[in-house]
Amino acid sequence: MSPETSSARLARSVRAHALRMIHRARGSHVGTCLSAADILAVLYDRVLRVDPARPDWTDRDRFIMSKGHGAAAVYAILAERGFFPLAWLDSYCEDGSPLAGHVTHLAVPGVEASTGSLGHGLSIGCGMALAGKRDGRPYRVFVLLSDGECDEGSTWEAVLFAPHHRLDNLVAIVDYNQMQGFGSVQDVLDLDPLAEKWRAFRWAAREIDGHDYEAIEDALRRVPFEPGKPSVVIAHTVKGKGVSFMEHQLAWHYRSPDAEQLARALAELAGGE
Amino acid sequence: MRTAFIEALCEAAAQDERIWLLTGDLGYSVLERFSTRFPERYLNVGVAEQNMAGVAAGLALCGKIVFTYSIANFPTLRCLEQIRNDVCYHRANVKLVAVGGGLTYGALGFTHHGLEDLAIMRALPDMTVIAPGDPAEARAATRAVVDRPGPCYLRLGKAGEPRVHEGEPDFRIGRAITVREGSALTLVSTGGVLKLVVEAARMLAQRKIDARILSMPTLKPLDVEALLHAAEQTKRLVTVEEHSLIGGLASAVAEALCAEGVNGVRVRSLGTSGKIEPRVGSQDYLRGMYGLSVDAIVAAAETLL
Repeated sequence: MSPETSSARLARSVRAHALRMIHRARGSHVGTCLSAADILAVLYDRVLRVDPARPDWTDRDRFIMSKGHGAAAVYAILAERGFFPLAWLDSYCEDGSPLAGHVTHLAVPGVEASTGSLGHGLSIGCGMALAGKRDGRPYRVFVLLSDGECDEGSTWEAVLFAPHHRLDNLVAIVDYNQMQGFGSVQDVLDLDPLAEKWRAFRWAAREIDGHDYEAIEDALRRVPFEPGKPSVVIAHTVKGKGVSFMEHQLAWHYRSPDAEQLARALAELAGGE
Repeated sequence: MRTAFIEALCEAAAQDERIWLLTGDLGYSVLERFSTRFPERYLNVGVAEQNMAGVAAGLALCGKIVFTYSIANFPTLRCLEQIRNDVCYHRANVKLVAVGGGLTYGALGFTHHGLEDLAIMRALPDMTVIAPGDPAEARAATRAVVDRPGPCYLRLGKAGEPRVHEGEPDFRIGRAITVREGSALTLVSTGGVLKLVVEAARMLAQRKIDARILSMPTLKPLDVEALLHAAEQTKRLVTVEEHSLIGGLASAVAEALCAEGVNGVRVRSLGTSGKIEPRVGSQDYLRGMYGLSVDAIVAAAETLL
């Protein structure tokens, strides 16, 4: 067995933190945190040029979690990378805590944009990417979207905008776990063929396994896939990934793990994959 | 006002490289003045106001001062949540500009009447709300919002409104402008109806009624001090706005008087009714239909005396 990579270790920590945070807070959206954990781990471990000591560094890469309900995973990765103390995570959603149930930038170092209502992040990312282009700055902008978010008209306004302005410093990643509010994406509002839709809007698209660390790193290190075009990574993922009884289960978009479920989930994570 | 705005914006942009202008594909024959001089800081985002507001926020978070421009309700209501979350939540340095506030686009119909925008923008956290009363106020307001950090909403009329102020008005954000001194009552107005108010005061003067005029280009933050001063001294107020009586100037004045516990002040408020009428017509016609006329202001004033 090959030794665990740093991204895998980081992803495992993010999953464990998110499970504990959501259990303590009796919160929701644990499935989405588990779905996006590997992408976040590779981004912060191998891809993003950020410096926790200088969260306002002008030339830092920007990351926007457009699917703001995955907040617990974002706070976990930022704390793991040292943007703020890990102890903060214990306060998630508690009275007086800065860590809201949807991603907030207020008083949280390392968060670029507050989100929570779907369909906002890509437009903000377009503005940041455009400023970088016009100012001749080297930074890139990464935006992680949910598949349900691709129902929003505003998302497609931004998808139309970015290639027109040749924003090849912009990267969208779709966490394509194929589940949304009431069930499967196919049943609610079918997005298929998703990559072709982005390509038709003149994005350079790649499809990957969103839980394969090497594939994620390989894709995100090759951006822009084509000069002059924004890049999109359609990451095929599993909602609830890494905890057997949560995988593919819509209920874990809403439910909070009780003590026994948390212990089982953490044991599974500790057992490794 | 439109012309005053674009001229003032060009002057400011020549001095400050952070200033950008975004439009939702409106402003033909107006914005060229900016786009030809500052092509690198001009962007027509297409007919996509939600994206315009989000892009503006993103640019502002990278240090720009971003003006977004469109007409009637398009730069505000069409993208309201983007303004709330992307602009206000981030205290982004974005200035929303609507041309055609109120009944400016009279005959174009209900979709093009901006009659709730002031109320809705006023309710948003950290949003400064300004509706200039004439081109001179519009010019000064444009300059002022550049220097005011954070979200601002600038509600303009159209082109070719008459100038009301003879000299340069003493415009400061959050301050009322005393257009005319008077002791019998105070006429308070926001936006382009200022001209009607001035004419009404002249007519009242002919009837030996000495009306004070407060132009309130800044609706938020309201100049409560000037308002209370006028209320205490004249005891009678008539508010006039080309906007719904819910949430705009009438509401702001009532809120301030209640909060400050001012006694013995009588108020009449003129504005639109909130009813959707099956008739259209010119701005003047529609103003008349809603009781926004010189005669109506005079009549309202006389009921208080």
